[in-house]
Amino acid sequence: MKHPRFPYSRIRHGTPGPEAPALECREVSVRYPRAEHCAVVAVSLKILSGSRVALIGANGSGKSTLLKAAVGLLPLCGGAIHLHGSKAGGCCHRVAYLAQRGELDWRFPMTVRRLVLTGRYVHLGWFARPHRRDHEIVQKVIDLLQIHDLADRRINELSGGQQQRTLLARAMAQEADMLLLDEPLNAVDAQTRQIVRDVLRTLSQAGKTIVVATHDAHDIEVDFDSVVQLSGGRLINDLPSASTPPIVADQRISV
Amino acid sequence: MTWLTDPLSFHFMRTGLLAAILVGATCAILGSYVVLRRMAFIGDAIAHTTLPGLVIAYLYGISLFGGALAAALATAAGIGWLSARDTVREDTAIGVLFTGMFAVGILISVKAKSFLDFSHMLFGDILGVTPMALILIAIFAFLVLGTLALFHKEMELTSVDPTYAAVIGLRADWMRNLLLVLLALAVVTGIQVVGVILTSALLVTPAAAASLLTSKLSRMMLLATIIAISSGVIGLYASFHFDVAGGAAIVITCTVWFAVALAARNLFRRPTRH
Repeated sequence: MKHPRFPYSRIRHGTPGPEAPALECREVSVRYPRAEHCAVVAVSLKILSGSRVALIGANGSGKSTLLKAAVGLLPLCGGAIHLHGSKAGGCCHRVAYLAQRGELDWRFPMTVRRLVLTGRYVHLGWFARPHRRDHEIVQKVIDLLQIHDLADRRINELSGGQQQRTLLARAMAQEADMLLLDEPLNAVDAQTRQIVRDVLRTLSQAGKTIVVATHDAHDIEVDFDSVVQLSGGRLINDLPSASTPPIVADQRISV
Repeated sequence: MTWLTDPLSFHFMRTGLLAAILVGATCAILGSYVVLRRMAFIGDAIAHTTLPGLVIAYLYGISLFGGALAAALATAAGIGWLSARDTVREDTAIGVLFTGMFAVGILISVKAKSFLDFSHMLFGDILGVTPMALILIAIFAFLVLGTLALFHKEMELTSVDPTYAAVIGLRADWMRNLLLVLLALAVVTGIQVVGVILTSALLVTPAAAASLLTSKLSRMMLLATIIAISSGVIGLYASFHFDVAGGAAIVITCTVWFAVALAARNLFRRPTRH
């Protein structure tokens, strides 16, 4: 993977440590600015490369907060997070983050193709323009997510499911080793649900680490190797998925 | 055709024409971001707060351009500082800041009994643009447009999805502060043509009209530029032939363009979701 000549942040483009876990949390606590209580309290977990892990919990359980802290959107008030050996928010060229759909201005005049292309910016950095290879990667993920017929449409014309596929396409265009997905199946149609599942399976077979925060336990039965449950910001347990053969906890995930 | 070509035999008309083109393009392209990021009020605030800078520069006999620039940059810095804090809502803080500074400008000008001397700055005078002012306008236009071209993809990404931008290490607040500085530079060029009071119209109206007609940012910028430049040229000729206030004529033309765009959109628009 080519390093940008002028990266947006040198700290975030740190070199990954060899043999380091994909994601490691040690006694992590996170508090939103001006909030009285921590949204995440003393969470410790380790996710090895190539794992497919679900973070489950009700709304407000802290799963989205944990992902936001991992990518550096929220500061930690205790503990430490490492991604591929770099501190929280680091190594962002190898970590793709899919936020919830509401965090984007869908009224902005931009085509689906252009939005997916922004997934390549982390590899370009300041002043560099997208190359032919970047456009080829964008076309590939657009085909994979089956949004080729929408590619030149404006993003405000998309349905909820189409928006989600577009955002997942952008995350994939980043060609990251780990994907942190926040509620990717929330309020989407059956077609999108199936496409996302297929794509996650493909990514997993390609050796990517996938961490999905979801409140819908039904999806987990099908798709994940291991489950981590959060409640009230605290870790409850980790469970092997019911639909997959039991796995050795510390082989895939240790808490 | 002589009504079109004859005026160009005058030096001040050629200067005015070039100023209209440069200011129109600068304000229209920057204005596209101003409209899309909902910063129209900030543009208006920066334009109004140049007044005390102009008055003080006039009283001390220094460059009016420099005075306006200093005041505009100070306001941009103040807004950037306020935005980073949550003490009061941003629009409230801007409302207090800009009306306060505008009032200071009026107070000093009335005290100095020199209101009429810089009324061309308040209301604009496209026929009175000097060659020196034109050179400064050209330099500022080059700076604004060059910077926007250089940082286009970053400006676009932080506008549409600041969260994702932050994840890849691109700080949205830096891009916003850069935009505020560019806004200050554009305002200083705009007040030469349409004046302090109407400059925000040049930033907002052409871009708003263009946004009704296209779904692509690049096309929006192009259309806004065409609207702004054509309005500038129409205002220039109206000012020459009919002896009307050039700034007001330019802004009225922009507003007519907006009405036409709105009508066209209502006639031909496709249904959209969201």
